Amino acid sequence: MDSSRRRILQLLGVSTLALTTKPVFNAFAKEEQAAEAEAVIKAGAKSLKAKQWAMVIDTRKFESEEDLAPLIEVCHKIHNVPHLQNKRHEIKWIWGVHYHNAFPGKAAQFLSESVEQRPFLVLCNHCENPPCVRVCPTKATFKREIDGIVFMDFHRCIGCRFCMAACPFGARSFNYRDPRPFIADAELNKEFPTRMKGVVEKCNFCAERLAVGQLPACVEASNGALAFGDLYDPASQVRELIKTNYTIRRKQTLGTEPSVYYIV
Amino acid sequence: MLELAIKGGKKYYGWMTFLLVIIGIGFLLYLKQLDFGLGITGLSRDVSWGFYIANFTFLVGVAAGGVMVVLPYYLHDYKAFGKVTILGEFLAIASVIMCVTFILVDLGQPMRVLNVFLYPSPNSVLFWDTIVLQGYLLLNIVIGWNVLEAERNGVHPQKWLKPLIYLSIPWAISIHTVTAYLYAGLPGRGFWMTAILAPRFLSSAFASGPALLILCCLIIRRVSSFDPGREQIQSLAKIVAYAICVNVFFFLCEIFVAFYSQIPEHMDHFKYLFVGLLGKGVYVPWMWASFILMIVGIILTVMPITRKNEGVLAVACVVIFLGTWIDKGLGMIAGGFTPSPLHEVNEYIPSLPEIGIALGVWALGFLVMTALFKIAVSVKEEIRG
Amino acid sequence: MNNKTLIIAGLVIFLIIVLFPFWYMRGKAAPAPEPVLTPMAKAAQACVRSKEYMKSEHMQLLDVWRDSVVRDSKRIYVNPQGKEFNMSLSNTCLDCHSNKAEFCDRCHDYASVRPYCWSCHIENPKEKT
Repeated sequence: MDSSRRRILQLLGVSTLALTTKPVFNAFAKEEQAAEAEAVIKAGAKSLKAKQWAMVIDTRKFESEEDLAPLIEVCHKIHNVPHLQNKRHEIKWIWGVHYHNAFPGKAAQFLSESVEQRPFLVLCNHCENPPCVRVCPTKATFKREIDGIVFMDFHRCIGCRFCMAACPFGARSFNYRDPRPFIADAELNKEFPTRMKGVVEKCNFCAERLAVGQLPACVEASNGALAFGDLYDPASQVRELIKTNYTIRRKQTLGTEPSVYYIV
Repeated sequence: MLELAIKGGKKYYGWMTFLLVIIGIGFLLYLKQLDFGLGITGLSRDVSWGFYIANFTFLVGVAAGGVMVVLPYYLHDYKAFGKVTILGEFLAIASVIMCVTFILVDLGQPMRVLNVFLYPSPNSVLFWDTIVLQGYLLLNIVIGWNVLEAERNGVHPQKWLKPLIYLSIPWAISIHTVTAYLYAGLPGRGFWMTAILAPRFLSSAFASGPALLILCCLIIRRVSSFDPGREQIQSLAKIVAYAICVNVFFFLCEIFVAFYSQIPEHMDHFKYLFVGLLGKGVYVPWMWASFILMIVGIILTVMPITRKNEGVLAVACVVIFLGTWIDKGLGMIAGGFTPSPLHEVNEYIPSLPEIGIALGVWALGFLVMTALFKIAVSVKEEIRG
Repeated sequence: MNNKTLIIAGLVIFLIIVLFPFWYMRGKAAPAPEPVLTPMAKAAQACVRSKEYMKSEHMQLLDVWRDSVVRDSKRIYVNPQGKEFNMSLSNTCLDCHSNKAEFCDRCHDYASVRPYCWSCHIENPKEKT
């Protein structure tokens, strides 16, 4: 008697769970579809298009850290990147390092003097085969089909930092605390959101600028040292530079196919 | 059967209260972490996983180690283990609960954790890890509870439990393999990019899990009238002995590969851990301690004269548990992240609040384990009269 | 004390606690919220969608906008009336409705809803300029 009543209750419980789980999840995940039957969503007329955005950095045009400063500053300013004093919590989208740090596998005991002194600009490489995208458990980090930019959805990020472990280039930063107190009021760009604590961020190839027909801010501020264009357009400036110069990329042997090329 | 967990003597209540206090402190510290952000830990831009994930990794191993009592009994009819399979299953439950809690406290946006299920990403090993861990937890709860209840009522366990039990054996292997795959497939982390990572995880799991189980059996014998059995403890000790030998052997294989090939990228992480790199080496004493502890553990468990002495065996188990905890915990995590992908060394040390929260999670696991073991032991005392 | 007394006492205490919001606030019902439009919003006459639609569906619309901009990289929204908008909370919505405290907060506080949009999307208070 006891076991059969228990059986029925157990069966009821399991069936209820089985029948309601999917609809409940769907209800949370779905947006209102019916209302959009009349509205249209499209890309802006001026937006720049490419199959895979790529960048060529002519490192010969930079002599010292000061040369990099305007590029770094403009990127961090327009994207509301906070300045944190504590090195552990620092957030940087683009910065300069020594040759040995940018290309650890290529480091040599004896280097040409200019390469030894030169600063190397490093940023997210927007790889064609990105390991960070592969490991993200929520697809908060994803590769845009439309232009190859490895983009972040800050709304979906759960802050697990798996992407930070996966990135072979150390391109990503985590918000270990609320970034807002560390952005000076005067520096705040009201047109771009800040991020909140607990999410990962990195360079986004200025997707918001590309959408209105502008080149990335660092490219614009670089006075020609940085070239930006479609890797798969044979007529683009980046392809021209790659054809006529010997270029290297960071950690090429790993097969992530970075889209940032360096003329050394 | 749950009522058996709330009936106990003064020592039981004292122990549980002590654990509850630690959990309470950990919880308050966690509230601070929710408010401030993960900045209260010692984590940094370069070392973005630390003490929480280290403990998580180690505990997945302990959970998998429970299979070492189940496997011989159900697959090889080793009747002696029949008395103690429930302890292995309950240990697995407590360990997996600790694992899941460690993941939750490590997340930057824990309230969004359901996104992992709302937006399934089969390309991500973390997605699979969530699934296999939940599955293993569910399996052990269902199996453990039903088998124990059947024992209490003096009947055979239900027939449908058998396939579940058989499933739990490869599943136990899979939870730790998947956890190893979290690390072993990352192209930028040379320290983890080794096929032997999963086997190494399993070998240290089969050393640490049964070691903890032996200690629990010895304590159970002291505080109750249920004796898990001398033969059972000796068999477990032999499993620990083999496993810890294999673990150290695998480690030495890694050392050979790195240092005979002389490839800097492979050597650098070992150098950082064992002799220091670029002038920094906070883990050096810990790693050597871990190695020595594991060697001592090997000696004590392999030599029959020390293994058969249960007092010495207890010391050996503690020593092995600690050694593997350092080796598979912070040793593995910090070693993987340092030097960074840009070949910089920025050291990671867990902060005090971080340690406090971690202790709270351990206490939670021990609370669950004590309650479950109390139930199991009370049932066994009941039926043995 | 026998069981009956204890049970009734317990029930009475339970009812007092559970009905606390009702008897504590009797006669003091909060008035319905009245969000205030900025001069810029009033001049615009119409929002992105109709007032009724926005009242009930603005969060769903924002979700659609978010996914279109972030995931599909499409930034222009053409409403059923044919007017084009840039899909941006900070630059479109908050441009007209720059008075969060008198507009957004009015209903959100009343309904005890705490969206965390503004942790990232910067409010655009016009008084500062």
